[in-house]
Amino acid sequence: MPIIEAKNLFFRYAAAEKYAIRNVSLSIRRGEFVLLTGPSGCGKTTLCRCFNGLIPHFHRGVFEGEVWVCGYSVAETPPNKLSKHVGLVFQNPENQLFCLSVEKDVAFGLENMGLPEAEIRRRVEWALRVTGIEELRHRAPHELSGGQQQKAAIASVLAMEPEVVVLDEPTSFLDPRSALELFDLLKRINEDLGVTIVLVEHRLDLCASIAQRVLAMVDGELALDGSPAEVLCGEAIRLFGVGVPKSIRLYQLLLEAGVELEHPPLSAEELADLVRQKICQ
Amino acid sequence: MPVIEVDSLHYTYPNGVEALRGVSLSIERGEFVAIMGENGAGKTTLIKHFNGLLRPTKGCVRVDGVDTREASVAELSKKVGLVFQNPDSQLFSETVEEEIAFALRNFGFSEEVVEKRVRWALSLLGLEQYRTTSPFLLSGGERKRLALASVLAWDPDVVVLDEPTIGQDYGQKEKLMQFITQLNTQGKTVVVVTHDVEFVADCNPRVVLMAAGKIVADGHAREVLTNPQLLDEASLLSPQVAKVLHHLSDLGAPSSVIDLYEARDVLLRLLRRRGV
Repeated sequence: MPIIEAKNLFFRYAAAEKYAIRNVSLSIRRGEFVLLTGPSGCGKTTLCRCFNGLIPHFHRGVFEGEVWVCGYSVAETPPNKLSKHVGLVFQNPENQLFCLSVEKDVAFGLENMGLPEAEIRRRVEWALRVTGIEELRHRAPHELSGGQQQKAAIASVLAMEPEVVVLDEPTSFLDPRSALELFDLLKRINEDLGVTIVLVEHRLDLCASIAQRVLAMVDGELALDGSPAEVLCGEAIRLFGVGVPKSIRLYQLLLEAGVELEHPPLSAEELADLVRQKICQ
Repeated sequence: MPVIEVDSLHYTYPNGVEALRGVSLSIERGEFVAIMGENGAGKTTLIKHFNGLLRPTKGCVRVDGVDTREASVAELSKKVGLVFQNPDSQLFSETVEEEIAFALRNFGFSEEVVEKRVRWALSLLGLEQYRTTSPFLLSGGERKRLALASVLAWDPDVVVLDEPTIGQDYGQKEKLMQFITQLNTQGKTVVVVTHDVEFVADCNPRVVLMAAGKIVADGHAREVLTNPQLLDEASLLSPQVAKVLHHLSDLGAPSSVIDLYEARDVLLRLLRRRGV
């Protein structure tokens, strides 16, 4: 059974005239690392909100079709129940952290679940350790750098021990090195803990190589679905206005000039290796 | 005379954080400058001195020859338009058109001019269809464009953009780049604060690199962005194109290339030289 499944999903916000999501059907397997991309305003954020019940329970509007997450129908399951299975990390960590210390923020959701104190303690310790921010536990979130804040936000989501973590452009406010660190963290969470990751991102140059699958949305519809190499190397993605990493652009330019490398590269290092291979053949 | 002149600038926040520790910088009229560095390097603190939002703790900032301590933010803003990183710190009106009109009315333009400028700014940033929409119903990327539109509407000589590419998709970045280049060609001084190395590699401006409250490098994008030690000091990553060639330097690839098409030609030469 897929861990996330959408069937002919439509959604229109109450105040809007246009549907933000139009006829989206998709299925995501347990343990997948999925990159969701597309031009801004294409419906990525709206789709993420359908995965944890913010839609239709908080953001009201016209909801048609079905979304199933971890075996629950999102429309028929209260968000507090879903939140134990699906965690959402926002673009701006300041919208997510509000306690006086990182530790309290990480414990907040657990306290609301009414877990015993020992269990809360265990999970907070674990989440701080996995995200590598144990030494920040007593700091106030608003004093932290953007990268640290985002790790704290991820820790507070992980502490709920969700099966799925959805991240909506989590690196927008981070500098490149912090972004790269965050992607490494997500890769570990996915590989070591088996957590299914849905990552919404524009910075494909930094994260194309860690995803197993890329979904591209355009104008509320799911337009492309495939492996990173398939999707990012195709003609269609450029027409949709999605930024293709420079290493792939270089690969394509070489191809146009008659040089065919073994396969499309997902990072600069990979492209350099492929060129070297060709030269040393 | 430089349009912006920063002389041994120190700035310490009221909470004691020393954000700038002796910055000297001179920006000529019509220049295009990218100020780069990791979060916390002091970039935003520096540009907040350009329109008087912050005043030096020590040292001096002159805009068009005027010491910023002698002028009001309103006077300075007319010359230097600052577009904030987070549009929500800037937007507050009920509709998109009122948002753009607000500053114009404050500057005392006639209603006729206000209407003309609003229409011009809306079409410039592709926001016409949102004219009567609330700014808070727009997407993050659209709000950023609205913040930019509302500053460009009053036509300042110097446009300072704090992290303009954040939350922008590829198509919007392309447009932003064309747009900035166009503003610059028309004689406007453009200062962009960013850590988006790919964006800067595409724009190819003068690059001022900051780390820990100081300027650590100042030069051409192709020099600064291809110096791994400097980038490392500023916690930035090399542009992908530079990284590819850097990995092939033992095969004779030059190290100072950030342009995609130039890199293609370099790789083709390398390959052809070896008979591929």
